[in-house]
Amino acid sequence: MNKPKINRVEMPRQKADKRKGNFNEVAQGYTHEMAKTEASRCLQCKKYPCIKGCPVNIDIPGFIKAIRDDDLPGAVGVLKKDNILPGICGRVCPQETQCEELCVFNKSGNAIAIGRLERFVADWELKNKDKVKPVAVSRSTGKKVAVVGSGPASLTIAADLARMGHDVTLFEALHTTGGVLIYGIPDFRLPSEIVGEEVDNIKALGVKVELNYLIGTIESVDELLGRFDAVFLGTGAGLPIFMNLPGENLSGVYSANEFLTRVNLMQAYRFPEYHTPVKVGKQVAVIGGGNVAMDAARSALRLGADKVYVVYRRSEAEMPARREEVENAYEEGIEFIFLANPTRFLGDEKKVLKAIECIRMELGEPDSSGRRRPLPVSGSEFTLDVDVAIVALGTNPNPLITSTTPDLKTTRWGTLVCDEDTGRTTCPGVWAGGDVVTGSATVISAMGAARRAAVDIDKYLKGDYIRPGQYWRESKGEEPAE
Amino acid sequence: MYKILETKNLAKSIYLFRIEAPLIASKARAGQFVVLRVSPKGERIPLTLAEWDPQRGTITIVFMIAGATTCQLSKLKEGDNITDMLGPLGNPTEITNYGTVACVAGGFAIAVIRPVVKALKEAGNRVISIVGVRTRDLLFWEEELRKESDELILTTDDGSYGRKGMVTDPLKELLEGPESINRVIAIGPTVMMKFISLTTKPSGIKTITSLNPIMVDGTGMCGCCRVSVGGETKFACVDGPEFDGHLVDWDELMSRQSTYLDQENHAYKCLTGTGEEHRS
Repeated sequence: MNKPKINRVEMPRQKADKRKGNFNEVAQGYTHEMAKTEASRCLQCKKYPCIKGCPVNIDIPGFIKAIRDDDLPGAVGVLKKDNILPGICGRVCPQETQCEELCVFNKSGNAIAIGRLERFVADWELKNKDKVKPVAVSRSTGKKVAVVGSGPASLTIAADLARMGHDVTLFEALHTTGGVLIYGIPDFRLPSEIVGEEVDNIKALGVKVELNYLIGTIESVDELLGRFDAVFLGTGAGLPIFMNLPGENLSGVYSANEFLTRVNLMQAYRFPEYHTPVKVGKQVAVIGGGNVAMDAARSALRLGADKVYVVYRRSEAEMPARREEVENAYEEGIEFIFLANPTRFLGDEKKVLKAIECIRMELGEPDSSGRRRPLPVSGSEFTLDVDVAIVALGTNPNPLITSTTPDLKTTRWGTLVCDEDTGRTTCPGVWAGGDVVTGSATVISAMGAARRAAVDIDKYLKGDYIRPGQYWRESKGEEPAE
Repeated sequence: MYKILETKNLAKSIYLFRIEAPLIASKARAGQFVVLRVSPKGERIPLTLAEWDPQRGTITIVFMIAGATTCQLSKLKEGDNITDMLGPLGNPTEITNYGTVACVAGGFAIAVIRPVVKALKEAGNRVISIVGVRTRDLLFWEEELRKESDELILTTDDGSYGRKGMVTDPLKELLEGPESINRVIAIGPTVMMKFISLTTKPSGIKTITSLNPIMVDGTGMCGCCRVSVGGETKFACVDGPEFDGHLVDWDELMSRQSTYLDQENHAYKCLTGTGEEHRS
């Protein structure tokens, strides 16, 4: 087993008792010294296993070597060749299950902190823009591409296509770009300024942005195809899933999307300076066990809740949230109630939430996801007194576009039927990638899908190999599955 | 940019803005709404469209000062810009020839019932409009609506004009009268729509109500505007805003609408600096 001479360099973090009272970033980032020490641990393996773990195949040893050699502009160049959003990815990618998992030091628990180094380089660039060469843009092809949405998939493909010389316009329904990066992920994990800076970098490549522009309503996909040569749908999964339990619409019950949108996009934690309110619960229950549930719970705590519970129907081992975020939540005093599931929401005479009734669960045989299926234990109901409940059980794609574009085939979950390698949809001239295809997944997997679609759209626009009209069916020789 | 081309004070604390928004104007239909923000720190509020002109590329909104955001909005002048505006949102009013339709509006909703009345008339309906306001000073566009409708009935709570009482009184008389009413469409305060629905329920006449829950994005993303309709959860922004009033859980809707009353009052006090609480 490979063992490094020195251990992984820890990243400074705000202390738990302090950070639970503010929305500032928890993780503070490496100093230059720390980054150099960490970079010096990298063996620069010949087979670079780490790159295989990266959905966008960043030249990881390359940028780490540049840090070690004190060539930070060079590190920026290597990183940005494959990832236009390094400040975001360095913060929110699950490196522990991707690049870092494949690091030869991982077995001894000492993988190179690739994510922290990526973040260090990105943050250095933001403070040293004058020292970095601007990203090269190819000569204009005269081809126009519409990119719908402005989350990670859309931002990535917009940047790639712009670099390839195409004329790109992003259409965003909200008043700000960034999609889930800006409405979903809280400032204490991903500051909105970082998203803003990285979006500005993409605009600097010549990408145009139309805000307050809801495709499917103000203009259909078919209409877009009339004035653009290709369309990419990066509209994400924005439709919150509810449980259809009694009392779910009581005042005080939120979807995680609503709660986080109020807090993040609308900055409700700065009310009344910002004008959007949010209910600050005394006792809050968050239902779910993913990263979004952790974000909601930790946000509720920061708003001033006395007690925040996370209610999850399986056990701790099955939680889909990143380990790091679960540990942060523990440290901040979030209380986890495992193997429990809500059965109804209870209100007072004014229909305001006062408690949730839950039932204990036990784990049975593994289900299709490979995790043991949770089953209710009859007669084990208990109530939890709460005045705010946040349902964080995932999201499906918004049907606004598919309902107005009959050619787009969808699965029964509402996700788009798409060719995985190219992102081609069933509708000629239309590609898609990210959560709208996969259902809620990671930022980086959305970016990976977008990069593959960019390559295919570029070939299509240059007339290399796809005849007009040759899309999903013909290229695969089969009908798309329902 | 969404430039304000015209402002008018229609009645006490009720304002009209005509705004440059060619894309919205080109797609708008009766019953749809926009979501707007008044400042970069502002909240997103929905407002139903009162008029639109695809040729001139303008839309018209009418609003009453009901809190901090509408108060701020009322302070904008001709030539100023609305920070953000998204629309047209929601499903348009279902328009077909029903026969005779009673259109009921409460308060400043007289502004948004007019496009519905016009569309119904164009589809060949006989339209009886009923408008109720608290007091005469709050009434506007009476003559316009009288011309557009086959019949107009006015009520005031205090009896200062028209009939004294609520809109449900003349509605009830209509339902009991000789003329058969084929549909009722109601727009206005939630409590008014609730009582209109209760009034029409015994007769079983289809009653369409335009709901106005709190919204954030207005595109189906947050679920803030969810309402129980016939035991099912619906998002007013994308499934509505119009629903069968006999199936809506009105008390739940009103409870959800009051979630932020304390904060709204606080924001209003901060904005006006009067120390005075505002109740619409």
